[in-house]
Amino acid sequence: MTNTEVFLQQLIYGLSNGMIIALVALGYTMVYGIVELINFAHGDVFTLGGFLTLTIVGVLGAAAIIEPGALGESSHWLLLLGLVIAAGVFCGGLNLAINRIVYKPLRSAPKLTQLVAAIGVSFILVNIALFWGGAPMKVFGGGNAAAASKDFPEILEGSNLLGDSSNVVLRLEDIAIFAVTIPLMIGLTLFVKKTRLGRGMRATAQNPIAAKLMGIDTDRVIAATFLIGGFLGGAASVMWSVYNNTISFQMGFRAGMDAFTAAVLGGIGSLPGAMVGGVLIGLIRAMSDQYIETRWTNVVVFGVLILILIFRPSGLLGLKQREKV
Amino acid sequence: MAAATSRFSLFSKGQLVVLGLLASTPLIDVAMPTLRLSAPMRTVVTSAIIALGLNIVVGWTGLLNLGIAAFAALGAYAFGILTCEIYPFQVGFWWGVLLAGAVGAFAGWLLGAPTLRLRGDYLAIVTLGFGEIVQDGLKNLEAITKGTQGINPLPAPSLPGIEFSSETPVRWFYAYLAILAVVVFLCRNLEFSRLGRQWFAVREDELAARCMGIQPDKAKLKAFAIGAALAAVGGALIASQLSSTGEPANYDFQMSILALCIVIVGGIGSITGVMVGAIVMVGLNNVVLPIATQSLQNAGIGSTQNVLTSPDNYKFLLFGLALVLMMRYRPDGIIHSGKAVRK
Repeated sequence: MTNTEVFLQQLIYGLSNGMIIALVALGYTMVYGIVELINFAHGDVFTLGGFLTLTIVGVLGAAAIIEPGALGESSHWLLLLGLVIAAGVFCGGLNLAINRIVYKPLRSAPKLTQLVAAIGVSFILVNIALFWGGAPMKVFGGGNAAAASKDFPEILEGSNLLGDSSNVVLRLEDIAIFAVTIPLMIGLTLFVKKTRLGRGMRATAQNPIAAKLMGIDTDRVIAATFLIGGFLGGAASVMWSVYNNTISFQMGFRAGMDAFTAAVLGGIGSLPGAMVGGVLIGLIRAMSDQYIETRWTNVVVFGVLILILIFRPSGLLGLKQREKV
Repeated sequence: MAAATSRFSLFSKGQLVVLGLLASTPLIDVAMPTLRLSAPMRTVVTSAIIALGLNIVVGWTGLLNLGIAAFAALGAYAFGILTCEIYPFQVGFWWGVLLAGAVGAFAGWLLGAPTLRLRGDYLAIVTLGFGEIVQDGLKNLEAITKGTQGINPLPAPSLPGIEFSSETPVRWFYAYLAILAVVVFLCRNLEFSRLGRQWFAVREDELAARCMGIQPDKAKLKAFAIGAALAAVGGALIASQLSSTGEPANYDFQMSILALCIVIVGGIGSITGVMVGAIVMVGLNNVVLPIATQSLQNAGIGSTQNVLTSPDNYKFLLFGLALVLMMRYRPDGIIHSGKAVRK
């Protein structure tokens, strides 16, 4: 491989992973923008999305529906769409329930109290994922070794779209990531910009009390935010599993940290910021894997996070704002 | 306040009770050897020391530190490098512990100086990131840290005429308990010192504290450095107990959260509470869960195959529920420090 080819390959990896990180980052940034809470459990909601996806695939696989062509030419795409919707609805509902049970009663508590509770929820979800991994299903290794990472079957065929002679590999999975993430991002932007509920979100983010006085049901807006953020996380978990072909009960910690870093990099609270930040973090990871060393990549990402927080805490696209008293 | 009048006594009543309770645990070990308390007893002490360090930062100064394990790791590795026979220093146990504390304080200062002006939740994430960086850094710098093997062997405590070894766990435990008593004494004096009152003021209202002539940044930095120093001392003691620094992954986010659970469950801001928290959490984690696992296996119910029947697998759930329920129903912990206003 020539240097250019190596670089192009890392660019593809980086962009694909970056789009997934961006979807997760949107969940962090939306919640933070509205209730100023780092939803620490978001990464683990994402994990459970991955486990649900594998379970569905396992059940369908047992029924032999994912045999090539079972539903005609486009069966893989239909399956992918179904998984995205299922995991999205599941994660959205889970996020909504967490908000209702844990965060809502603590809304007026000090911020650190809420953050500690969020960390607690995260640990509970990690444990649920651990138990889920011990489910007696073939895809989970028959229930043995619950803590081990699980192989995720190849759903989209893996041949190189650029032809067998090309050194740079572009797979159907890369295309699928863009085909799923970009419409979701456009949809989200339109939703926040054009709909009544979206306007309520923007108002609540600006000033919750004023929004309430203007007749906005802020509780409903907050619930909707958790729902949508969770949905995006669920969709991201499907794409992550399909792309990386492995899931584990602790995958949400790393993915969550990457996504949170992306949200902060782009400017927390800003939707385009989270998208740009996600792609940048994906690229930084890919380039660090290639040009520094894989084992230093996490250090690089966290180093970036700390440096941004110190020198530009408002991020790339975030507005500079004073801390509210 | 009642405590202020008794400030010249060595310990408060509550602290004496808990220290006395700890001092009597070897009796439990003799009475019920099946509990196998000799190792967990020392772990209670080391965890209490780390948690007391965290308590200065979280409980007294109101800064959330999610990377306290990183300072324990730095302490353990500093102790390892300063005392292990494969390095030229070999300063011995006591100097090793003291210097590990100094290294921890320096690291705390280094991390705190640029980051302490950040908002609370951002600071929490920075400390979390720092924890991950330290873990990976220690793992990757194999030339110095021996990577995942850990540095070993490491010396046990030493006193003229008294021998400490793995054969004498009770003696070793009392040596650690004595160190804990010193740490408690230091913390107690800090709590009522000028600096301690500055910390409380900063925690309650930074702006008001500034108006009273306190420099919040300096007070916070001192809290961060002192807390890190205590965590590093705790880390050094862990390393000495294991005769190895262990692998860097031992000092992970889970360890930081265990320390946070100890502070929060026991009673945020209360020295007595933190010690009680250490007994409760370490007792659950290192005594109750392993014994439950063992006895279930002996009874033929539990197996390593089924994830649900192994109590050890409920660890995260336990930590998580502890944090969520305490935040919801009793944010001040088992033992109230009685000081926090926190509006």
